[in-house]
Amino acid sequence: MRERSWWPVIVLALLVGASAFPFYWTILSSFTPESRLFQPPSLLPSNLVLDHYRALFTERSFWLPIRNSLIVAGATTIFCVSLGALCAYALARLEFKGKAPLLGAILAVGMFPQISVVSPLYLLLRELHLINTYPGLVLPYLTFAMPLTVWLLVGFFRQLPGELEEAAMVDGAGRLRAFWEVIVPLAVPGIATTAILTFVYSWNEFLFALSFTLGPERQTVPVAIALFRGQYQVPWGQILAAAVIATLPVTLLVLAFQRRIVQGLTAGAVKG
Amino acid sequence: MALVRLEGVGKTYPNGHVAAKGLDLEIRDGEFMVLVGPSGCGKSTALRMIAGLETPTSGRIMIGDRDVTSVPPQDRDIAMVFQTYALYPHMTVRENLAFGLRMRGTAPEVIEKRVQEASRALGLDPVLGRRPAQLSGGQRQRVALGRAIVREPKVFLFDEPLSNLDAKLRVETRAELARLHRRLGATVVYVTHDQEEAMTLGWRVAVMRDGFLQQVAPPMELYRGPANRFVAEFVGSPGMNFLPGNAVAGIGQTPSGTTLGVRPHDLTIVAPGAGDADAWVDVVESRGSELLVYLRMGATGDGAELRVVAPPEPQIEEERTVGVRFDRTRLHWFEVETGRRVG
Repeated sequence: MRERSWWPVIVLALLVGASAFPFYWTILSSFTPESRLFQPPSLLPSNLVLDHYRALFTERSFWLPIRNSLIVAGATTIFCVSLGALCAYALARLEFKGKAPLLGAILAVGMFPQISVVSPLYLLLRELHLINTYPGLVLPYLTFAMPLTVWLLVGFFRQLPGELEEAAMVDGAGRLRAFWEVIVPLAVPGIATTAILTFVYSWNEFLFALSFTLGPERQTVPVAIALFRGQYQVPWGQILAAAVIATLPVTLLVLAFQRRIVQGLTAGAVKG
Repeated sequence: MALVRLEGVGKTYPNGHVAAKGLDLEIRDGEFMVLVGPSGCGKSTALRMIAGLETPTSGRIMIGDRDVTSVPPQDRDIAMVFQTYALYPHMTVRENLAFGLRMRGTAPEVIEKRVQEASRALGLDPVLGRRPAQLSGGQRQRVALGRAIVREPKVFLFDEPLSNLDAKLRVETRAELARLHRRLGATVVYVTHDQEEAMTLGWRVAVMRDGFLQQVAPPMELYRGPANRFVAEFVGSPGMNFLPGNAVAGIGQTPSGTTLGVRPHDLTIVAPGAGDADAWVDVVESRGSELLVYLRMGATGDGAELRVVAPPEPQIEEERTVGVRFDRTRLHWFEVETGRRVG
């Protein structure tokens, strides 16, 4: 008999602890009164209050950045997935010249460091009078979200047997109809995964959101949180409470689709 | 219903691979035409070009009086049964059957009626509400067939539809296909690599090899009068025996540079010395209704192998010398160089 080894368990526990502890600490602190935040810390919760959350919505009208974020991330996701699915289908299935270079170019665009395009984009958006508007955020987001979407979806579409579309076309459906009636329903796990990833990236995006908005009326959640700090004080409690609220929709989304995401990511990876 | 005509059809892929070349083939109205050949012979490509799933790089394709060479598949009024069946996994059997009609904007009452007819004819009533994943292989095959027949198309195309079934079901379904064709009277183009399927189903059989048509003829004509050595070898089971043209003296013409072909059924085992040649019995396999005897030419068994189909009685013993008689009316002579039949 071989002795059961405890090493893997210990390593795993350390890893889980290391990645989960900050979240725990964030949540705990967001319920701790400001006055106690800098006292010797205690790992166990005690004397919890909702002050910070209340302050977010009364003093700071945190609803506004949440609404902005939902609109921007939602619109980006919808555009990305619908346009990206069509692009990806064409790249996965149609034969045309220059396909490989095109795929390479799409990947390259996705790899651009964001900071390098901030100033040109700013000038462009200013000319188009799109600074401090929703389209002024959604359009730049497409620059990094589209390559991701297209790459993921090309992988999913390639996995589907080509005979299905051929059958649909022989049955009387045109290419688009076959795509809509046969391919899309089968690619739902892949499309859902892609949509969630796009949403999460857009929801968390900070640099573009900071650069292309001017006032609170269009600021997204990450920007709003960053701007909480005043000249003389940092409202740590509120920042942490806001972070918890910002994490919530994303966490719920991922939990709801957890199985599909794992399925989707690995499925795309094997054959993509 | 309609005839299908290929006129000098060829397909060369961008990578230079020639899948089909100079195909001239007319499939008559209501005919059951089988394209047969080893894998990679271009039969599937030919079928896919008729379907419109591939575009020929030369020649043209007619369905009825219409040139369909560059018409997309959805406008050709054809139905196709795929080797993998290609059933839509997210739809029920009913939806699968109705799909083609729905795409063509058929009225819902008509769809319902046709789906019911097809489902009854194919015994699919109990599974109409199921998805393809919940069906057995045979049932899936029927759904694929049903999806084709509800459409009542001009031409049916079959791409190895039986190759995913087990042997018993394959034979049953083969008979059912023949019955179905008789009932519908439709033009059928059927692709298979199985010569037995080709011989049993086809009114005419087109044998292909390396992208070229070898011979197009009714099954018995292929069997009795193969145009070349390849067809002779491909058609019939067990396969034809081939001997050097001068291996057996005194059985007719022995032109130089020829190969003699003779089918195992056209040889008779007789007493030593009483036949055209003597041979050594190597192995005897009983197939129940007949014996398959592996002989070696020459009394000591050092010559070429010769397969003979013999009646089950009398029993033939192994490791003996016997005589072999050749049926002189059933001999085939092929040119060694070209394989062409010369007599």
